[in-house]
Amino acid sequence: MNLPVIIKFVIDLLAVLLLALGIKGLSKVKSARDANRLAAFAMSLSVLGLLSYYLGTSGIAIQSWIWIIIGSIIGSLFGAILAKKVPMTSMPETVALFNGCGGMSSLLVALGVAIFPISSAQENFDFFKSFINEVSISVSIFVGAITFTGSIVAMAKLQGWLSTPGWTQSKVRHFVNIVFAVASLIAFFDLINGNTSSIWLLVIVSSLLGIGVTLPIGGADMPVVISLLNSYSGIAAAAAGFVVDSQLLIVAGAMVGAAGLILTQVMCKGMNRSLVSVLFGGSLSAQSTASSGSGEYTNITSCSVEECALTLEAANKVIIVPGYGLAVAQAQHTLREVTKKLEQNGIEVVYAIHPVAGRMPGHMNVLLAEADVPYEQLKEMDVVNPDFPATDVVLVLGANDVVNPQAKNDRSSPLYGMPVLDVQEARTVFVIKRGMSAGYSGIKNDLFDLPNTSMVFGDAKKILNDLIGELKDLGVGEK
Amino acid sequence: MSFISLLWVLLLGSLLGLELIGKVPPTLHTPLMSGANAISGITMLAALTLIVKAEGNIPLLIIGSVSLGFALFNVVGGFFVTDRMLAMFSRKPSNKK
Repeated sequence: MNLPVIIKFVIDLLAVLLLALGIKGLSKVKSARDANRLAAFAMSLSVLGLLSYYLGTSGIAIQSWIWIIIGSIIGSLFGAILAKKVPMTSMPETVALFNGCGGMSSLLVALGVAIFPISSAQENFDFFKSFINEVSISVSIFVGAITFTGSIVAMAKLQGWLSTPGWTQSKVRHFVNIVFAVASLIAFFDLINGNTSSIWLLVIVSSLLGIGVTLPIGGADMPVVISLLNSYSGIAAAAAGFVVDSQLLIVAGAMVGAAGLILTQVMCKGMNRSLVSVLFGGSLSAQSTASSGSGEYTNITSCSVEECALTLEAANKVIIVPGYGLAVAQAQHTLREVTKKLEQNGIEVVYAIHPVAGRMPGHMNVLLAEADVPYEQLKEMDVVNPDFPATDVVLVLGANDVVNPQAKNDRSSPLYGMPVLDVQEARTVFVIKRGMSAGYSGIKNDLFDLPNTSMVFGDAKKILNDLIGELKDLGVGEK
Repeated sequence: MSFISLLWVLLLGSLLGLELIGKVPPTLHTPLMSGANAISGITMLAALTLIVKAEGNIPLLIIGSVSLGFALFNVVGGFFVTDRMLAMFSRKPSNKK
């Protein structure tokens, strides 16, 4: 062992340790921010370790430096700009985009090594080693391509650029995906057998498989898919680690892959969906058409902003239930103004956060935090559910499926069994909503039909602004 | 490194990952996913290796460079975006009313 090898070994070990501490720290509120920085530091450390190792052994050619600098600057610059500019509401699709690019990177490494075998692979050429090499290249390409196209489709669907095509909800999709899967397997084994030309077939069919699997999945399940794809990108990185013989890459990739799986599991639990039904069940709305749960609304009461303001003024306790609609309308700051006024009048205000409100767990917390809502006012579902009977007014803002009583009462409903917020227990429920369209699951919401529910139709931000005006007229919040 | 020891590394790394996050408050799901996602951009090391070992092979240098770009896009963007999200949580105590 010479010095560069020892130094690299120590640095790698340190990097792995810090990365592990980073992931661990990220799962606690107090340490999360420092943990994120720690992980970032570990990543830069690992780069320095690798570069110093090559400088101390084979050296790095000027030409290589140039391409390293070009790639780093462009990638980092775009990443940093996007990260600074993107609005908080589009966090889920941003994570999906970043994730897809990680998968793409692993794919490209494997592709590069496959087309132009790098020197070290040729030097000690023996059958076993080349076999392992082929396998890891194939895995890296396969998983990398699925991660990339799957993430891009997920992003496009969340952004609303892509809708769910009708055929993907029929049985045809299983047939199509099986064809893609079988074709990838054939290409996979062909490649391992040494037929390098089938690499392009593998790239193409595994990309198509990524699209084919993600496209039928409804938006409500997208967070789970993104989390799963995040786990895949870890696996792709680990496979790339086998390709270039890097333990650090294998450890880090495996850690992210495994942690991603756990997180996916946690999210599935929060929505009462099994991973299998998310992946193969198609979107919920397709299932609901067959169930008896769907139907027409019979008893909708709509009311004006003025009535809403009057009821709020008379309340002692108000619970706000935010959902994706709030995020879309960018109404979090306006909402904060409304609740400030109510608080100044001595009204108790609490926010009820369903674990999967919005498009991603934690989405609402991030959004409300942006509007300076005190952390103590955000209550999780289990904590807040017993409070609803003692609550005067519930304001449902752009949430839908997470307040659907069907999940509790209707066994035939596809939502049945999903934990929901029991808002109907409150004395009065106001649902601020643009129209009568269904929620992301595409299922009728029985809450809207209940006698103590009133609908206030309109854009959340506009209504909240009107509400501020009405409250002012009533003298609320002005002492 | 022999293949077998690399497999050990894979196994132990996976076990570590399974153990690292047990109970995560829902608040942190998005930041955790985003942070873990940034770490998966560690494949930038593979891209770097590719470029260093390319030995003047231009197409390989380009592939490596593009791959490095994608990976760093993931890493830098991922960490920044996670920090942005987490900054909102940590700002909280000072804003108590």
